[in-house]
Amino acid sequence: MTEIPTPLPGAKKLGLVIDLDTCVGCHACATNCKEWNTSGHSAPLPDTQPYAARPDGVWFNRIHSYEAGEGDAGRTIHFPRSCLHCEKPACVEVCPTGASYKRAEDGIVLVNAEICIGCQLCAWACPYGAREFDEDDGVMKKCTLCIDRIYNENLPESGRIPACVATCPTQARHFGDLGDPESQVSQLVAERGGYALMPEMGYQPVNRYLPPRRRGRAAVPEAAHAAGEGGLLRRWIDRALSR
Amino acid sequence: MKPSLSIIAFTTLSGAGFGMLAWTGLLAACGLLPAGAWFGVIAVVVALVLASAGLFASTLHLGHPERAWRAFSQWRTSWLSREGVASLVTFAPGLGLALAWWLAGGAWSVAVAVLGVLSFAAALVTVACTAMIYASIKPVRQWHNRLVLPLYLLNALASGGACLALVAVLWSGAAGVGWAAIAAGFAALLVKLGHWRHIDTTSGRSTIESATGLGAIGRVRALDPPHTEENYLLRELGFRVGRRHAGALRVVALGCAYVAPILLLAAALLLAGIPAAACAAAAAVLALAGLFVERWLFFAEATHTVVLYYGRAA
Amino acid sequence: MQKTSDRAEPGSSRPVTPPPVTQGYFRPRERVALSPEISDTIKTSTCYMCACRCGIRVHLKDGVIRYIEGNPDHPVNRGVLCGKGSAGIMQQYSPAKLRKPLLRTGPRGSGEFREIEWEEALGIATGWLSAIRARDPKRLAFFTGRDQSQSLTSWWAKQFGTPNFAAHGGFCSVNMAAAGLYTLGGSFWEFGEPDWDRAKYLLMFGVAEDHDSNPIKLGIANLRRRGAKFVSVNPVRTGYSAIADEWVGIRPGTDGLFVLALVHELLRTDRVDLDFLVRYTNAHWLVRHAPGTDAHGLFVRDADGRPLAWDRVQGAAIDAATPEMQPAIVGEFLLADGGRAIPVFQLMAERYLGGEYAPENAADRCGVSAETIRRIAAEIASVAFDQPLVLDQEWTDTSGRRHAQMIGRPVAMHAMRGISAHSNGFQTCRAIHLLQLLLGAVDTPGSWRYKSPYPKPILPGPPPVARGCTPNREMPGMALGFPRGPEDLLLDDDGRPLRIDRAFSWDAPIAAHGMLHMVLGNAAAGDPYPIDTLFLYMSNMGWNSSMNPGEAEAALTAKDTGGEYRIPHVIYSDAYASETVAFADLVLPDTTYLERWDCISLLDRPIGSPEGPADAIRQPVVPLDRDVRPFQDVLIDLGARLGLPGFVAEDGSPRYRDYPDYMTRHERTPGIGPLAGWRGNGDAAGKGAPNPDQLARYVDNGCFWQHHHPPEALYFKHANAAYLAEAHRMGLIPNTAQIVMQLYSEPLQRFRLAADGHGPIQPPEDRRAAIRAAFDPLPAWYPPREQTMIEAAAYPLHAITQRPMAMYHAWHSQNAWLRQIHAANRLYLARRTGAALGLADDDWVWAISRTGRVRCQVRLMEGVQPDTVWTWNGIGKRSGAWALAKDAPEARQGFLLNHLISSQLPGGEMSNSDPVTGQAAWYDLRIRIEKAAANETAETAPQPPALVPLPDMPRPPKILRFNASPPAREMRSAE
Ligand SMILES: Nc1nc2c(c(=O)[nH]1)N[C@H]1C(S)=C(S)[C@@H](COP(=O)(O)OP(=O)(O)OC[C@H]3O[C@@H](n4cnc5c(=O)[nH]c(N)nc54)[C@H](O)[C@@H]3O)O[C@H]1N2
Ligand SMILES: Nc1nc2c(c(=O)[nH]1)N[C@H]1C(S)=C(S)[C@@H](COP(=O)(O)OP(=O)(O)OC[C@H]3O[C@@H](n4cnc5c(=O)[nH]c(N)nc54)[C@H](O)[C@@H]3O)O[C@H]1N2
Ligand code: SF4
Ligand code: SF4
Ligand code: SF4
Ligand code: SF4
Ligand code: SF4
Ligand SMILES: [Mo]
Repeated sequence: MTEIPTPLPGAKKLGLVIDLDTCVGCHACATNCKEWNTSGHSAPLPDTQPYAARPDGVWFNRIHSYEAGEGDAGRTIHFPRSCLHCEKPACVEVCPTGASYKRAEDGIVLVNAEICIGCQLCAWACPYGAREFDEDDGVMKKCTLCIDRIYNENLPESGRIPACVATCPTQARHFGDLGDPESQVSQLVAERGGYALMPEMGYQPVNRYLPPRRRGRAAVPEAAHAAGEGGLLRRWIDRALSR
Repeated sequence: MKPSLSIIAFTTLSGAGFGMLAWTGLLAACGLLPAGAWFGVIAVVVALVLASAGLFASTLHLGHPERAWRAFSQWRTSWLSREGVASLVTFAPGLGLALAWWLAGGAWSVAVAVLGVLSFAAALVTVACTAMIYASIKPVRQWHNRLVLPLYLLNALASGGACLALVAVLWSGAAGVGWAAIAAGFAALLVKLGHWRHIDTTSGRSTIESATGLGAIGRVRALDPPHTEENYLLRELGFRVGRRHAGALRVVALGCAYVAPILLLAAALLLAGIPAAACAAAAAVLALAGLFVERWLFFAEATHTVVLYYGRAA
Repeated sequence: MQKTSDRAEPGSSRPVTPPPVTQGYFRPRERVALSPEISDTIKTSTCYMCACRCGIRVHLKDGVIRYIEGNPDHPVNRGVLCGKGSAGIMQQYSPAKLRKPLLRTGPRGSGEFREIEWEEALGIATGWLSAIRARDPKRLAFFTGRDQSQSLTSWWAKQFGTPNFAAHGGFCSVNMAAAGLYTLGGSFWEFGEPDWDRAKYLLMFGVAEDHDSNPIKLGIANLRRRGAKFVSVNPVRTGYSAIADEWVGIRPGTDGLFVLALVHELLRTDRVDLDFLVRYTNAHWLVRHAPGTDAHGLFVRDADGRPLAWDRVQGAAIDAATPEMQPAIVGEFLLADGGRAIPVFQLMAERYLGGEYAPENAADRCGVSAETIRRIAAEIASVAFDQPLVLDQEWTDTSGRRHAQMIGRPVAMHAMRGISAHSNGFQTCRAIHLLQLLLGAVDTPGSWRYKSPYPKPILPGPPPVARGCTPNREMPGMALGFPRGPEDLLLDDDGRPLRIDRAFSWDAPIAAHGMLHMVLGNAAAGDPYPIDTLFLYMSNMGWNSSMNPGEAEAALTAKDTGGEYRIPHVIYSDAYASETVAFADLVLPDTTYLERWDCISLLDRPIGSPEGPADAIRQPVVPLDRDVRPFQDVLIDLGARLGLPGFVAEDGSPRYRDYPDYMTRHERTPGIGPLAGWRGNGDAAGKGAPNPDQLARYVDNGCFWQHHHPPEALYFKHANAAYLAEAHRMGLIPNTAQIVMQLYSEPLQRFRLAADGHGPIQPPEDRRAAIRAAFDPLPAWYPPREQTMIEAAAYPLHAITQRPMAMYHAWHSQNAWLRQIHAANRLYLARRTGAALGLADDDWVWAISRTGRVRCQVRLMEGVQPDTVWTWNGIGKRSGAWALAKDAPEARQGFLLNHLISSQLPGGEMSNSDPVTGQAAWYDLRIRIEKAAANETAETAPQPPALVPLPDMPRPPKILRFNASPPAREMRSAE
């Protein structure tokens, strides 16, 4: 159903918070996502020409790298990109079949692959490039927010987080309810000035990015122990040291 | 955006078909169609064949054409779904019009008038829905603007008008439909020029800085893409025709889709017999061919915000 | 939608029932299976998508791998997996896996092979090897690569009787290992790590990824969470450097100078931890000042060989280890024997206070401003001394003194190949250790810490052995070791190298890890002597692992006048269709890491942490589906067939059934075997009788074992009585003596004395100057060797490589997922530099070194030192290798920088290596760049002819739809 459900009062807004201050661009979240999801809810995530020229594949998470600024102010930033589970997801509204939908209970945007006709209109409608087309099977796929993990009773409580979050070796990825201002992720966003991508599009992404922190160059007063008379070595001649 | 043959065929053929139906309905209602029990029938049938061909072509774009029937379900939000519903709905007044016309022996009747107006309205609504599929795509600034809706409507009326003029010329040697087509052609030409001007002179609100949110640090440049080879998104949404190539194609589109049909239709109206028929035929064929090029450009000149992430301009 | 017939759907074993289609037309509802069964079996093991040794939990469904996740209980990765480890499934299902033993039928490199049975393969190998062993065992050169079984392979080589054994460390990071072991008794590399939980400042030199892939990432995240400052010294600003608080974009090869300028500043401002120095280092030891004699520069020792220091109270030279003495650190002292002596500290202070090391002097060469150098020196001093980290933890030192607290200098350092892969790397690494020691920042809270089983005595083991190589006999000692001076060099009576790689000769006196990069060339040249069989294991020497693939191919295919190969036999064990396979005569196909038992042993490169020793195993997780065998099983089998001592029982029958049997029953010395956990009855740790249930206990525990030292033993391990006692009890160290860290290295001075004309063993005339310069007993900086021999103006740019985080050398181009991330590589250069050359992104250029030319595409960037270009390592592949299509991007747009490097210095007389350790000097490379002509082919060059596919390899699929759990989803109508 492609009408965006009006969130029930207190309904969760599940999403990711990605810390660009610690992401080192290792691609772990991307390959782990692929690994989990290729046998997961939207299985498989096919690869075309996997061993030939022009290899390509369906990935729900892709890691870019950018440079911003020049000179001393310049920075290199690694930038994971996946579905932002928008609150106003046109990818859902444009879908003619109801295959693309947003869950009322937690806001997760999913594709029902059994009824998707593969018109790809949702891919056009997503500003963020988060829709991934299974060209071989002719259906649209995308980040599921690991819906088959986060509620999975076959997993221990601590494991009920998205694969990309569980594996991130720098713990740059956080998962939680961004609708609850008290949640750990909301607090993090508030503290660190988390922001949404392309707000001008009006899609109201749920996911947030934490900006790289400003780098202060700690100025330390120079220690005033410089040479006295008679050369530097003399300072140590009468130093009483005990082994 | 990648121009795919199926979508180009879909929009141009269905546009021409529904445009032709719109003219047929309107002129029938006004009693301006050439007389004859079969004329209206032929006009409607040709229009619906064109439209059906377009709709059929659209299914070739689908990953699962056998599930196309599902596409009529989400008319509450989806312009594509609305387009599907509208196009099917339009067949009813269209076929009714043909029947009424035939029953009325090619003369005006209330039924003809009512069904004519309904056909006109339904056909235009369908074309408007098609236009809105594109105009509603916010990430594509070349589509998401006010000119796309009139452009689609006028293109449909111009090309549909040329087709109807051809049938009319073949039927009775001459017809006032031609003037209507010429007028629509002119209007379409102006809107198209306006659309090109718009996309050439405006730029999108989104930038690599807003896409990444890193603008506060300074100018943002893409260093490495996630994968070294092209992916679906770049092939599909990142396709862009070169500037020089686009310029040449715009001239072709302008000439074929608008200027030539206008001149040829005018000639057909002034001439008679085989030369007139030949001119009308050329006008219709060129209008369709020109719109193919125009539509190809409509995609190939369109950019999607996703390419911002890859360091390209959108 | 077009469906191809070449679809591979590994894992899709169960049929999929399509759901009913008529449900919920207007309001379709997907019924999402929220709690699907993930797997029917979970097996733990150890990842081997790189050498980091993370713990994994492999989920299997109907025998197919569903998911590999990090083991949350594992000490190395604590539940996380990196980008490579997460792609393990695709390694297992790679079409490039070898399938059966191969025997070469065409010329080497032609790729023409015949599949043979194992019996025939082992028969051939036994034939070649037994003939060598009976005649001249050193004619077997057995070298291994990225394996983790060096305790087995080195022992096998010893029992075979050849001195010609080493792993790949000589071209990898021996500079780090050796510099650390000669200085601290531990090292960066794998034998230490920053105190991630406590450090307030991390200074990291030349690290892109390192072996501790996940631990470093976890650690850096920890630093960032705690707000510690992280400074990365690296010519390139990617990866870790990208998130550092400060990036110091240094010019390659100048870190030594930069670090010694920091040392200059600390000394100048008197910000050094003198108490630490006299307690734990040889700062106060007396060095004899007798220029021109053979005692000059050696420590003054008593009759028992104990080093002496000047006691200010007694006014005499006494045992430097005397507790509570008041050592002089400055002054010149008259000794009882009439000689004069100066404390190490004074020599050091004089040296580094000199203007040569002033920040102003370093600034230009390093490309780092004097202001920055001074500021960083002040920052680390401030953190070390003004913000000490004090733990209220009692401990006892080796003199029996009880300390109420552990006082830490929370400045940690780490360094890797950006330092080691230069010909001045050994000394640069020593310079960093010197810096740590001046701050008192070794194994204290918040500083760099030893990882178990380190620290070890300096030196940690006996010298290398090559003499006594006798037909049909084992060697009297291990091939690799730690020379104390020229007398330990492996030279024959004429001064010629005893080893094929010339390790431990005057080419590389402290080549503690051997010199694999010289083996192929030396063997083909028959210099120092010809060999008969080259036996390689897990090292892609025919391509990315050799300094120059062209040189490697030439050596492997060189023929003598009689048309015979100069290296008559090449045996190679690989698991995949690598470039090197094509040049082997006999290929022994190995299993994947998920198909075999492995042993990550304390005798090799264990997973110990600062908290205590640990080791681990791999267990087979998926059954074998091909006619391949674990290499260790094969080696044990060959050992038995050859009748090697230790591999056969008294009755001549094989002593070990297979590798797991060896892992449990083998004892290197009584009570010490490959695995330290659950020995004896299962309750002994470290030392104990073999336990037949040992492997089961490992499996029960997630395939690893670890032991925690008590809190009082966790810092100051080099002088911590509780630690040393326990480590000794566990068999980790030979005694409980304090390990005194060596600011001043006497072994180096011994080599220098030889270069000065002292002693019976002296370097040849043409090497003296180089030895004298490199064997400075105090850390020194000299420019990278190659750069002093070429015209700098002709090659203005430094060229280096970096490890991509999502690729491991050659291993992963066959991995359907990882290759998508890096299927090709670019040469990155500074935007400014590129603009000056008229270059834009993706332009084709020629990169030209003194020996080679490579055509490739460029990418311009901001975050790189302006005179430096770089690329990702190991992406370029030879066309036809790795079961990839001939026109794969890896071959057509990918390239190796190695084609520009040479294993020889200009003149061809000397290896392009660190003159101390023989470490390959990959990053000394200098190049220039010229734009390629417009009409040139858009393809990387050189393009050696494509390799022919191996026999009977599966055809790679065109579409891969891997799914280990076909969907059981249903549709449900809501209306
Ligand atoms: N330009 C440049 N070149 C470099 C470096 C650099 O920094 N720059 N780094 C150098 C360094 S430090 C190193 S360590 C080397 C690494 O280079 P190598 O040691 O050559 O490592 P790889 O090429 O990754 O792997 C060697 C072989 O091991 C095989 N292999 C993988 N798994 C298994 C297995 O389970 N069993 C068996 N039997 N074989 C297996 C692979 O198929 C491959 O052919 O590269 C060196 N080359
Ligand atoms: N993902 C992944 N992990 C790996 C490997 C892999 O192939 N892939 N290989 C493994 C192996 S075999 C090894 S040896 C380790 C090596 O691990 P690293 O030491 O991280 O190896 P490199 O990528 O060679 O890193 C060299 C770094 O030093 C910088 N550098 C080069 N020259 C200089 C210099 O003169 N000064 C300074 N300060 N920096 C310099 C380079 O820019 C680069 O960032 O990694 C291991 N881990
Ligand atoms: S796993 Fe973490 S550090 Fe690695 S790319 Fe993803 S977010 Fe960045
Ligand atoms: S990111 Fe794209 S796919 Fe995801 S919800 Fe937003 S619009 Fe839809
Ligand atoms: S591709 Fe599928 S999910 Fe996307 S709009 Fe079309 S039917 Fe909906
Ligand atoms: S939430 Fe799950 S599906 Fe989405 S990117 Fe992370 S791992 Fe992939
Ligand atoms: S760092 Fe990655 S590839 Fe290496 S062992 Fe750990 S998980 Fe495996
Ligand atoms: Mo290495």
